[in-house]
Amino acid sequence: MAESIVPLIILTASLAALHKKENTYDILLQGGAEGLKLLGSILPALVVLLCAVHMLRASGAVELLSALLAPVFRFFGIPPETSMLVLIRPISGSAALAVGADLMREYGPDSLVGRTAAVMLGSTETTFYTISVYFGAAGIKKTRYAIPAALFADLVGFTVASWTVKWLF
Amino acid sequence: MVMSLIWIGIVMISLFCAILTGRVGDLAAAVPQGAQAGITLAVSMAGSICLWTGIGRLMEHSGMTAVLSGLLSPLLHRVFPGTREDPVLSRELSGNICANFLGLGNAATPMGIRAVRQMAGNGSIATDEMCRLIVLNTASIQLIPANVAAVRASLGCASPFDILPAVWITSICSAGLGVTAAWLLGKVWHHG
Repeated sequence: MAESIVPLIILTASLAALHKKENTYDILLQGGAEGLKLLGSILPALVVLLCAVHMLRASGAVELLSALLAPVFRFFGIPPETSMLVLIRPISGSAALAVGADLMREYGPDSLVGRTAAVMLGSTETTFYTISVYFGAAGIKKTRYAIPAALFADLVGFTVASWTVKWLF
Repeated sequence: MVMSLIWIGIVMISLFCAILTGRVGDLAAAVPQGAQAGITLAVSMAGSICLWTGIGRLMEHSGMTAVLSGLLSPLLHRVFPGTREDPVLSRELSGNICANFLGLGNAATPMGIRAVRQMAGNGSIATDEMCRLIVLNTASIQLIPANVAAVRASLGCASPFDILPAVWITSICSAGLGVTAAWLLGKVWHHG
């Protein structure tokens, strides 16, 4: 069972810390406090972006976009309902979380669309953000083929996510 | 700046579509609903995020990342030949990839930046190895996508982690094909 990895990871990390004579419980609490601080820092973004997502959906823009892109998405075997998520994923992490969470709520976490959205979110990254942070910090001006190669990997991710969800569930 | 443009674009598109479809009333109602949904989402994820950052901290302090880095180094030497002669680069690169694998984004980024700086020297043109690192990072090979599982759990999903095999298969495919594509592009895309 793949899911047994979750308690196993927790146990391994705890035992390894004990072996190094670290204070396991204190470290858990310190890390937890840091996580809550992080969540607090993205909270305003989540509010603004979920507001934006709800506006787009209420206005009918999401349906329109899905209908427009449906032929392309069907060609790759990606559910057209996820079109917003696919478009925003490489640009903004919090926006993608907002769109993905909204899809999971709307269609149900165990539906085909909800699961596909979850797998897409879990197996891709904020491509443009990563490129700008890494290359920006190192003073790289000419990015050569980094953007096309990374976007190709994203496309593979979105496509394979859709296929594996259909295949496994 | 990009986000400002996205925000303005979304508001404009929403208003335009709502007028066309006659749903301006629905649009207005969506504003407070969406804002509240942001808080609801954050609160429903808070428990999982708190626990997993704690466990992430534990993985760093317990030396799990270091053990994993050691296991990874043979593969690393193949994808990044530059790491064979450069122990500093090797350490930063494997640290970056392992931290990402364990879901420690905050620990991964500084190591990734130091790795790219080390590869860059004084140059300002991306090398083949940098492009491969970017692809590996954006393909997001992650053992446990805790945030997504948190969202699923908050929506009443009975087994929020049942997506794990699908996530692993997807990440391995996108990383493998992405690095292959980068390798092929590196052969035809010369400097400049």
